[in-house]
Amino acid sequence: MNRVKNKIAPYLLVLPGAVWLLIFFAVPMVAMLSLSLQEGDIVHGYRFTGHWQTYTEAISNYDTQIIRSLIYGAIATLVLIVLAFPVAYWIAFYGGRRKPTYLFLVLLPFFVSFVLRTISWRQILTDEGPLLSPLRDMGLIGQSFHILGTPTAVILGLVYNFLPFMVLPIYVALERIDPRVVEAARDLYANPATTFRKVIFPLALPGVFAGVLMTFVPASSDYVNSEVLGSSDTTMIGQVIQAQFLENSDYPTASALSFVLMLVLLIGVFTYARILGTEDVMKVAAR
Amino acid sequence: MTTTMQRPSPETVEQAAKIKPRRRITGPGLLHTWTWLIIAWLVLPIVVMIAFGFNDTPGRYNQTWVGFTFKWYGRLFEYPDLTNALITSIVIAIVASLLSGALGTGIGYALGRYRFRGSGSLNLIMFATMSSPELIMGASLLSLFVSAGAGLGPVTITIAHVMFSISFVAVVVRARVMTLDRSIEEAAADLGAGPWTTFWKVTFPIILPAIFSGVLLAFALSIDDFIVTAFTAGTTKTFPLWIWGATRVGIPPQVNVMGTLIFAVGVFFALVANIRSSSKSKRD
Repeated sequence: MNRVKNKIAPYLLVLPGAVWLLIFFAVPMVAMLSLSLQEGDIVHGYRFTGHWQTYTEAISNYDTQIIRSLIYGAIATLVLIVLAFPVAYWIAFYGGRRKPTYLFLVLLPFFVSFVLRTISWRQILTDEGPLLSPLRDMGLIGQSFHILGTPTAVILGLVYNFLPFMVLPIYVALERIDPRVVEAARDLYANPATTFRKVIFPLALPGVFAGVLMTFVPASSDYVNSEVLGSSDTTMIGQVIQAQFLENSDYPTASALSFVLMLVLLIGVFTYARILGTEDVMKVAAR
Repeated sequence: MTTTMQRPSPETVEQAAKIKPRRRITGPGLLHTWTWLIIAWLVLPIVVMIAFGFNDTPGRYNQTWVGFTFKWYGRLFEYPDLTNALITSIVIAIVASLLSGALGTGIGYALGRYRFRGSGSLNLIMFATMSSPELIMGASLLSLFVSAGAGLGPVTITIAHVMFSISFVAVVVRARVMTLDRSIEEAAADLGAGPWTTFWKVTFPIILPAIFSGVLLAFALSIDDFIVTAFTAGTTKTFPLWIWGATRVGIPPQVNVMGTLIFAVGVFFALVANIRSSSKSKRD
């Protein structure tokens, strides 16, 4: 009796949540694929016609924005590694009893809405703002110097908004390094640079990989930062998808573009995970 | 080359010991400064947001600093549609966090306690929901709702928020269930407690803090969410959506005040949860 119960119990527990995920995560993907192959308009409705030309048109119309988004995402990710690694390193090895406090400080931005944080950056970076106007008064920058509207501003926003997602996985990987391994390297006369290069960095790599996944994917599909901090020269694919869905109601084009973006990101992620070893990436990312 | 391979003489060891502390101070010192610089950079926009809630600006345009005032805290509910948006956000966050708390706890408990067929695919789909770009989730949900002819509003927003929160709750609960000491449950059974009593009197109280943090996390994810919400809202306005709509006509200082209050409440709850768990671990 009890054994039968133990066999059914996990399924009963899992069922409601799993069904929810299936209906509202998996099924929508199919609905999106189907919608991208339909024709029609918002007034007369849509019919499935298998019109795959939507894809070729969408790609040829918006290839610039797709490529730009991937480039911005890649630059932001590289900058993030450089900024976040030392922070994670210091907290993991020198944070001592204050580790939770430092992590909490790194996570502070999450207590403010994503939109509000980004708008706050616009307030700081605007031409008459607290950063640029003193610099201009001192003559350090020219009259025509702007940050807002440039790719720099957009990438800065992306880096800012996703920094905690890079610090945390690297921290987790570094935290798990046995201090005795580092001591052993020292005992074997490795200098600090060699210890870092041959021992610490390889052990931290799974964390870096996970961090790259957790930042590159959302950064390259983001549309808030380029909308708030950018200009028409920095339009990212997320903005196009958002506008086609919510403003122009061109659902087939919008879902085709979403699908292309998802495929590009998926292929990227899988090749990346294959090259670097899926196991480690999944393990760290699952934390 | 050979000299470096030799064992260092006692003098060099002593010298190295003398040099070591200095290197310890400069290397980590630099890292320490760097960490604080990054933290300052992370906090800067939050400080600006809080500060401009105290700005004595004449109208809706809250761009340049005029002077210090408390008046926006008194006139917090001056814009009825902003107030409604905030209420909508809070109600959706409460419903979504409780629902995803219940559904996520079921999954987390089952994954932590039992081995069963399909747990692998369940893990995979959870990983997918946590790592999919919000844009894709929002776009696909909108596709589903459009295809099904469902009207968009608070219900569809809540459905979406529950969807992306379940996995986070499940992961938090699973971690707690996995580290749970089964001998405590066995002790309860030895003392004559039935499975039902054992669960509610022993197991549930132990995993309750994890459920609580899961629900808090879901609440935080929901109240701040923008992208998925924008796709599933229709004409409904949540707090972040109202701000987004207001960027073109000027964001009134009340938004900064509400942002500040949400921030303060969030930090308060996080600190309480942290203090509780740390005092507990000390007792253990």
